[in-house]
Amino acid sequence: MAIESVNDFVVRFANVNGSGSASANLLFARAVMRMGVPVATRNIFPSNIQGLPTWFEVRVCEQGWLGARGGADLVVAMNPQTWDKDVASIEYGGYLFYDCSRPVPASKFREDLTVIGVPLTEICNREYNDARQRQLMKNIMGLGALSAVLDMDVSVIEALLAEQFKGKQKLIDANLKALAIGRDWALANLQCPIGLRVKQADAVGDRIYVEGNAAASLGAVYGGATVCAWYPLTPSTSLAEGFTSYCKRLRGEAETGKNKYAIVQCEDELASIGVVIGAGWNGARAFTATSGPGISLMQEFLGLAYFAEIPAVLFNVQRGGPSTGMPTRTQQSDVLACAYASHGDTKHVLLFPRDPGEAFEFGALAFDLADRLQTPVFVMLDLEIGMNSHLTRPFEWDDSRQLDRGKVMSRADLDSGRDFGRYLDVDGDGIPFRTYPGTHPSRGSFFTRGTTRDAYARYTEEGGPYVENMQRLLRKFETAKSYVPAPLLDSAGAGARFGVLHYGSTAAPMDEAIDMLRRQGMQVDVMRVRGFPFSRDVDDFIASHEKIFVVEQNRDAQLRTLLMTEIGASPDKLVSVLHYDGSPVTARYIARAIAELVARAETPAKEGALS
Amino acid sequence: MTYLPKPKFRHPSIEKNALGLTHRDYEGSISTLCAGCGHDSISSAIMHACFELDLPPHRIAKLSGIGCSSKTPTYFLGNAHGFNSVHGRMPSVLTGANLANKDLIYLGVSGDGDSASIGFGQFAHSIRRGVNMVYIVANNGVYGLTKGQFSATSDKGAKLKKGAVNTDDAIDLVTMAIHLGATFVARSFSGDKKQLVPLIKAAIDHKGPAFIDCISPCVAFNNHDGSTKSFDYVRAHNEAVNSLDFITERAPIMADYDPGQTQQVKLHDGTSILLRKMNADYDIHDRVAAINYLMKHDVAGEIPTGLVYLEDEPGDMHDRLNTVDRPLNELTDADLVPGSAALAKINAGLR
Repeated sequence: MAIESVNDFVVRFANVNGSGSASANLLFARAVMRMGVPVATRNIFPSNIQGLPTWFEVRVCEQGWLGARGGADLVVAMNPQTWDKDVASIEYGGYLFYDCSRPVPASKFREDLTVIGVPLTEICNREYNDARQRQLMKNIMGLGALSAVLDMDVSVIEALLAEQFKGKQKLIDANLKALAIGRDWALANLQCPIGLRVKQADAVGDRIYVEGNAAASLGAVYGGATVCAWYPLTPSTSLAEGFTSYCKRLRGEAETGKNKYAIVQCEDELASIGVVIGAGWNGARAFTATSGPGISLMQEFLGLAYFAEIPAVLFNVQRGGPSTGMPTRTQQSDVLACAYASHGDTKHVLLFPRDPGEAFEFGALAFDLADRLQTPVFVMLDLEIGMNSHLTRPFEWDDSRQLDRGKVMSRADLDSGRDFGRYLDVDGDGIPFRTYPGTHPSRGSFFTRGTTRDAYARYTEEGGPYVENMQRLLRKFETAKSYVPAPLLDSAGAGARFGVLHYGSTAAPMDEAIDMLRRQGMQVDVMRVRGFPFSRDVDDFIASHEKIFVVEQNRDAQLRTLLMTEIGASPDKLVSVLHYDGSPVTARYIARAIAELVARAETPAKEGALS
Repeated sequence: MTYLPKPKFRHPSIEKNALGLTHRDYEGSISTLCAGCGHDSISSAIMHACFELDLPPHRIAKLSGIGCSSKTPTYFLGNAHGFNSVHGRMPSVLTGANLANKDLIYLGVSGDGDSASIGFGQFAHSIRRGVNMVYIVANNGVYGLTKGQFSATSDKGAKLKKGAVNTDDAIDLVTMAIHLGATFVARSFSGDKKQLVPLIKAAIDHKGPAFIDCISPCVAFNNHDGSTKSFDYVRAHNEAVNSLDFITERAPIMADYDPGQTQQVKLHDGTSILLRKMNADYDIHDRVAAINYLMKHDVAGEIPTGLVYLEDEPGDMHDRLNTVDRPLNELTDADLVPGSAALAKINAGLR
């Protein structure tokens, strides 16, 4: 039986890197959204510029689930290299769309599939003489044919093309022509529509469609960042590039044409974090964008920033590790490397956004937190959030909000005779005052160093002042608990025995997984951790459940380790659900794992096997 | 080092500069370096230069890495903010600090281990990036704090106290700095204050990366026979190309010139450098010739000192980045936060 589904299916485009397919694929996704149907899109790409296979996955889902679903109902197979794997990935009874210009032996198909062959190359060769044009127009022509078989409103695609090439009528005409050729051929020669259809709906609302890295970089603009120092590193590069383009647009000085920002592409990640620390020390808001290998290189400097108490913001767009690992795949495997970055006793503040919306929000917030806490703050993105466009609620900004620069003594403060000790805890919250260099001719200067010193920043190797300072840093970290975004609780109602803890990009599949579980009658409470150090709500959540399933996208259950180490959660209570093959975790995977664990927990004999 | 506190007493007739400050106002805490260390002479030269330029100490930021040299910022300009960062990374921290506030004067103090070994990359990139700074390397050819290992500026064939001979080639930071695009490059000797103080003054005035390699003998580990960085060796092989006076409009210095040719170099801000040329053919504006000269004398075992290269109209990193005139750390919320209306437009473009 062929799959029948309206507004709920997965299309996977299998392409060759560099073939120009990306814009046609994106156009398809945006057309579905314009028809009011939510989509969740993912790029699956290699560490390569041209020639290797790439995939673009579009999950069409009127219900609004935005996580990866797994499997594909329709594969648009444009890459002979991956044909076998692509055909094998289609769900039973699914559809295969391919370029039938060259014959493919019958053994290369599956009997359960509906095969849709369109002679795209042949038509293109007939219509166009130029090789590049043949290539590019083939993609648009394919989209035209696809729109016919999926019963899409072609006027939506036409409108999008007109917007995309605004002011370039020649290009618009050429694209419209190709689109029509493909569509007309399909309508004349194929059974249209197939069992999968896109129908006009109203489920997108005012949401925007944007990449997490772009959103985070816009957050940095709104957070008042003026200095960005970075080193190109997948998957973080587009964050620095996003900051560059948003600054060009939003941060010019109208009268002079000069820039209210400075962006430095450094020689390495050591220099990047060094520049950030120097700028932070000198009172500018500064950040770097990096990924795991960069975090490894920055370790020594991060200890300095922790110990010397210098604000810094790091966007860590996590990828598969260790080492070079899987540079173009997603993971949440830098949690511990960031939480405890550097030698000696250190702890760092982490923020865990779930999507581009929170990447913007936390991106801006991180700069206030770094200034208020005078310490590095890590915004823990990952490739799944950072390099894919997601539907997310529109960005919001409260114009009455002011940038919070934290405890800084001004020249007037110093003149008034206030006692200034750079590492003096005057308020009991562990956070001392600082001064910016150049503030006062005779007061408030101090020497910043990574060596031990007393509350007045005077060098000392005495044990007493050292311990006092280390204790104060712990007090400061305690204060941070109430500064970081609070965890969000999704309660199943009173008395649920099991709880789920998760964070970051696991949120989208988790929403769907919990829906699946609850519809199966399984009552679980869910808490999404949004910051580290953990708020006391996390302790309470763990305490009030029999078992906690900690869902993470890494091998070593890193958040679980943090929970045990930092809030003394019992290892017996915390049961891991781990997914770390580099693909984003799916709702199916989570729901299946939790259902199984719940079933085992409810069978007392097998209790021991859980931990 | 001495454990005796400095007396607070000041003689009423003590010399004051245009700001009414005395030399004492340019001091820091008491040095903890070895008695006779060349580095203390460099600190002293920095204090003299700042005093003579009438600079308010708090408008200077002094940054360093790790090592004996990097300890020195504690010992001068006590009213300036200082930053003793991590080993070999002063240049990046200084770059960031400079980005944040272009109005301060940035003094980067480093050593040969800090700049030629662990921090060679950052040394190079801060210079090629055009950071407006005075980058001083107190160069003694050894690791002092770890008790006398060779550094990357040790000459091939140089001997350690216990007899070990350096078999590796030396890095010449002066040649490197010229090659990398430093627009003010000098070498001096901590034992020659007369040469060093005006060099520091001119370097501070220079807008752009100013690099001074200052040979500064290590009395504890590298001041013996067989060392090529000892006081005696440097004095014997010092080949000064020029010596100079840095002249501000306020205080023209028309002092006792040594015989030789003089050349006045007008600078962008109205100040000038008066060069007393020891070598009549030496042209401080010729980059290629400078590198040639340095290499030739290096082969001959001589140590050229003085102002070896100068670019008259240099720009700096801020010019290249086209940053606003106000320091970035003084920009207000209104400058920085585009607000909800701009955000609404961005949202509209993402649907």
